[in-house]
Amino acid sequence: MTNEFKRPDGRKLTEMRPIAAQVGIIPNADGSAMFKSGKTIAYAAVYGPKEHHPRNKRNPKQGTLRCTYNMISFSVNDRIRPGLSRRSTEISKITEWAIAPALNLKSFPGMVIDVHINIIQADAGTRCAGINAAVMALAHAGIPMKDMVSSVSAGKLDKTLVIDLDKAEEDFEEGEGPTDIPVSMTHSGEVTHLQLDGKINKEELKEAINMAKTACEEIYEIQKKALKNVGKLIEGDKK
Amino acid sequence: MTERKIVIPGEIIIENTEALPGENTIKKDDKIIAQKYGLAEISDKLIKVIALSGTYIPRRGNTIIGEVENVLFNGWLIDFNGAEKGFLSLTEVPMYVNKDGLEEVLKIGDMVTAKIWNINKRGTDLSIKSRGLGKIDGGIIVKVNSNKVPRIIGKEGSMVNLIKENTGCNLTVGQNGFVHITGESIEKELLAKKTVLFIEKNSMDSGLTESVTKIFTKN
Repeated sequence: MTNEFKRPDGRKLTEMRPIAAQVGIIPNADGSAMFKSGKTIAYAAVYGPKEHHPRNKRNPKQGTLRCTYNMISFSVNDRIRPGLSRRSTEISKITEWAIAPALNLKSFPGMVIDVHINIIQADAGTRCAGINAAVMALAHAGIPMKDMVSSVSAGKLDKTLVIDLDKAEEDFEEGEGPTDIPVSMTHSGEVTHLQLDGKINKEELKEAINMAKTACEEIYEIQKKALKNVGKLIEGDKK
Repeated sequence: MTERKIVIPGEIIIENTEALPGENTIKKDDKIIAQKYGLAEISDKLIKVIALSGTYIPRRGNTIIGEVENVLFNGWLIDFNGAEKGFLSLTEVPMYVNKDGLEEVLKIGDMVTAKIWNINKRGTDLSIKSRGLGKIDGGIIVKVNSNKVPRIIGKEGSMVNLIKENTGCNLTVGQNGFVHITGESIEKELLAKKTVLFIEKNSMDSGLTESVTKIFTKN
């Protein structure tokens, strides 16, 4: 059954959209990066470690990671209202949880790192692109880290498992409809973040995570290459 | 024999080694793993990662250049571009200061060269008791990336001395990335400033000393 299924944009089932990354694009930030996946573009800027304000939120045991996810008003077809929304606050928190396990927060107690993620253009998978960009920016800012994190969304369209859903696929309405599973994992293979929107059974979920693992490996190579060539746009292999 | 390469966090620098993990690295089952983005220095005995970017991390004994941010009742608060502010106590000033006359010595906005003599949980303590420290009068202050400071100083101060000899300017390099330049004329000061910024921009090049000498022969 799987071989007969055609994706709206003609990609193979395990094929990601073309990815690109660049490190060091915001000169005033301590670290910055851009991550592009198909039409989705995320920019991340890191400031810190710096003094944590407000003081009552300070943690004397370890540092704090503070992420802000924001979609620029022109990033989607219908203009979205600028500023915080329920959705952006939630994704900010998710991003913090996805990245924090990879950081050595204990090495800067009482301080904070600010990560600002801006989505310039959105075509689904923005939280994954945001996480990928943020991790590169954090490494570029010289933050002590245990490992890198890569993120991708796996999914199920009707009964077929696919990787890296785009907007057209997220709105897929035939059969069982779409299931979106954003996964973030460190390079050593530990999952730091997993969400699930839709329905899927246990075996399929396991397979989806394995598919994400392979895709994350590909993203990691791009992240690594971008960090080693600061200021250069690194593009993934064209298929 | 040292080998150098850029590494990213979590990257295995070298496997099956007897070498010890140095700065910004850990050892896990005979593998040395980088914990920071930077330049890995690989030798037979020690492997370390030198940071290439990031904010200034204060260390005891560093000389820094900072700005007086606030005058308190028993000292001054100095902003030196670190994560936290430094505190310069009244007792660390080499003269008698009247408790009501702190502003006569240093006022808000003054630049000061100071030494970090202690770092504890409460913050960074500064001192201006040694020679060459104290309030800065005149000259130019250039801000560079604090990770490039070793390049500007050079091996045993070779690069700084090169600039000093060729421009006749006096340079004070703060470990936090501020360089104070004083010279006879503004032209000479600006030449020194240009050189410092050139070193910052081209810090990764090999044969940096030669290209710096070229700047001076051109002028």
